[in-house]
Amino acid sequence: MTLEFLIDALVTVIGVTTPILLAATGELVVEKSGVLNLGVEGMMLIGAVTGFAVTLTCGDSLGDFAPWFGVIAAGVAGAASSMLFAVLVLTLGSNQVATGLALAIFGIGLSSLVGASYVGMVIAPFNQAFPAWLAEDPIGRVAFGHSPLVYFALIMVIAAGWFLNRTRAGLILRAVGENDISAHSIGYPVLAIRYAAIAFGGAMAGIGGSYFSMVITPMWAEQMTAGRGWIALALVVFSSWRPGRLLVGAYFFGILMTLELYAKASGFSCLPSQFWAAMPYIMAVAVLAVMSARDVAGSEAPACLGRPFMPNS
Amino acid sequence: MRKENDMSLVSRRNFMKTAAAGLAAPALGRAAFAAEPVKIGYIYLGPIGDFGWTWAHNKGRLALDAALKGQVKTSYVENVKEDASAIPILKDLAQQGNKLIFTTSYGYMDQTIEVAKLFPDVKFEHCTGYKRADNVGTYNSRFHQGRAVEGTIAGLMSKTGTIGYLGSYKVPEVVLGVNAFTLAAQAQNPKIKTKLVMIDSWFDPAKEAAAVQTLINLGCDVIAQHTDSPAGLQVCEQRKAWCFGQGADMKKFAPKTQLTAIEDIWGPYYISRAKALLDGSWKPDDAWWGFKEGTVVMSPFSSAMPENVKAAADKVIAGWKDGSYDVFTGEIRDQTGAVKVPKGVRMEDKDLAVIDWYVQGVQS
Repeated sequence: MTLEFLIDALVTVIGVTTPILLAATGELVVEKSGVLNLGVEGMMLIGAVTGFAVTLTCGDSLGDFAPWFGVIAAGVAGAASSMLFAVLVLTLGSNQVATGLALAIFGIGLSSLVGASYVGMVIAPFNQAFPAWLAEDPIGRVAFGHSPLVYFALIMVIAAGWFLNRTRAGLILRAVGENDISAHSIGYPVLAIRYAAIAFGGAMAGIGGSYFSMVITPMWAEQMTAGRGWIALALVVFSSWRPGRLLVGAYFFGILMTLELYAKASGFSCLPSQFWAAMPYIMAVAVLAVMSARDVAGSEAPACLGRPFMPNS
Repeated sequence: MRKENDMSLVSRRNFMKTAAAGLAAPALGRAAFAAEPVKIGYIYLGPIGDFGWTWAHNKGRLALDAALKGQVKTSYVENVKEDASAIPILKDLAQQGNKLIFTTSYGYMDQTIEVAKLFPDVKFEHCTGYKRADNVGTYNSRFHQGRAVEGTIAGLMSKTGTIGYLGSYKVPEVVLGVNAFTLAAQAQNPKIKTKLVMIDSWFDPAKEAAAVQTLINLGCDVIAQHTDSPAGLQVCEQRKAWCFGQGADMKKFAPKTQLTAIEDIWGPYYISRAKALLDGSWKPDDAWWGFKEGTVVMSPFSSAMPENVKAAADKVIAGWKDGSYDVFTGEIRDQTGAVKVPKGVRMEDKDLAVIDWYVQGVQS
């Protein structure tokens, strides 16, 4: 096993992990504010198709800047779709689980409809954050050889940890998620804070989705996220709502999936391939079981998670 | 033309609505009934925009529309799951007056048989299955013939002696492809090895891309795939590995490195079956067409292929067409080295259809 080989494997791990990490970071903040948005898969797809379409359309006029606009557009589209959900669950007080599932299905359908005219087209991959000469030697490739979104994902998960645990605004957001009535009674705008959190979650899901259509496979295909939104949701629970654990958990998942592929291709997967495919989920169940056995007093979930808050009722 | 296509756009989501509207229709159009074209229905596993399996079947349906314009009227339902939910969709298609229904994925096998019993006047054709009845036929395409062409090319083009195969599930269809690819490559270079990765999905672009990266990292310099998205080809283009398109010419996803592609062409089959329905000669059959009948076609060879490679590939295609070549001719050994097919013997169709072992040289 040469260094080169390990670096190649690491690049695959990063590719598998980054979109899930982006979406899960957003969802973690949403859930910390006390809202459960199950529509991540739908928002990711809306982001994926928007990012691709904008990059393709602006490619002629904007050149190298087009993918940056694509990513921003993906974030805006993800946030916009999450606002549909926000109005329903916050202002109208609808059931969060049902509304979130509806958003997921809506996003799948809408992205397929919008994307129908983009099937079979290609764009240049958005995979160079730094000039190519920096990424020539192996060490340079590890440090500088990735898509800008890889660095963005790492910065955002660290920023989310800092925001939630080290800032006053983060403390207020957590207070809203732990006890909305108390937060409301001392004068914090509970619904406004939740709107903002949901918009952030939508933007992160949209950008996570754009990683599929702009970096991994620079093309559009219906349902190309293939269920990663649901894995992001599971990761948030897996991390027990802590950004640090989320980062570790996301890379843990990425490493397991890459190991599966290496084991199969090297011919030493003594276990059936279905077992390898199930491995991340088996591990998730195992970790959750251990965690819940340890914290008998209750889970570490925000206390108001999934509960509607109607200040005037 | 465009408008007709739009009218037949039915997805599972708005299907019930259309079915309800259909109940009101007979009162309006009875007078025109004699001139009505014969209705033919399809159910699809994926979206028609998957650029793969379902896309190819839909192209076949459009070819049928064009060939028998005015005589047939086709419609389809996409995104139909391979579970019990296919049954009411099939019943609805039969009740709407479809006289021939194509069920285009392996997992619809039992549902097709079940619904066919309720509608003895309606003909059904199930793709890639093996259960037949008085009004149920089966059909498939010999894609492994195309795999043998790819293997021949891979055997001659590979410098590392290691070639890669991105697979989906260990089902006979996929195993045949892996074996045909490997055997044909070994005929050109006896030492060649095939590394095989099954991703347990037909369509997952991110995992397909990761798997192809892995194969290239492990030294494969030619990659074939049996999954539905062009993701793997994009990775091959970036990493400069030779590759083959799947289901359609995917040159635009790998303009420099796609050598050729297997194109799924269902049109000739659908047209022939619709004609049989119209002239009353339809019988339940077990059709397994290939190069000869025109359901397997290779995309134009890349200019990156040297002339001797092109000639070797053309020879294999010609051999399949005139019957002088069969990649599954003994001696064939399995992964453990045991002889499965004796020297000079050709494997029979019934054995090919249920194959569950890999040939020697496949690493999985």
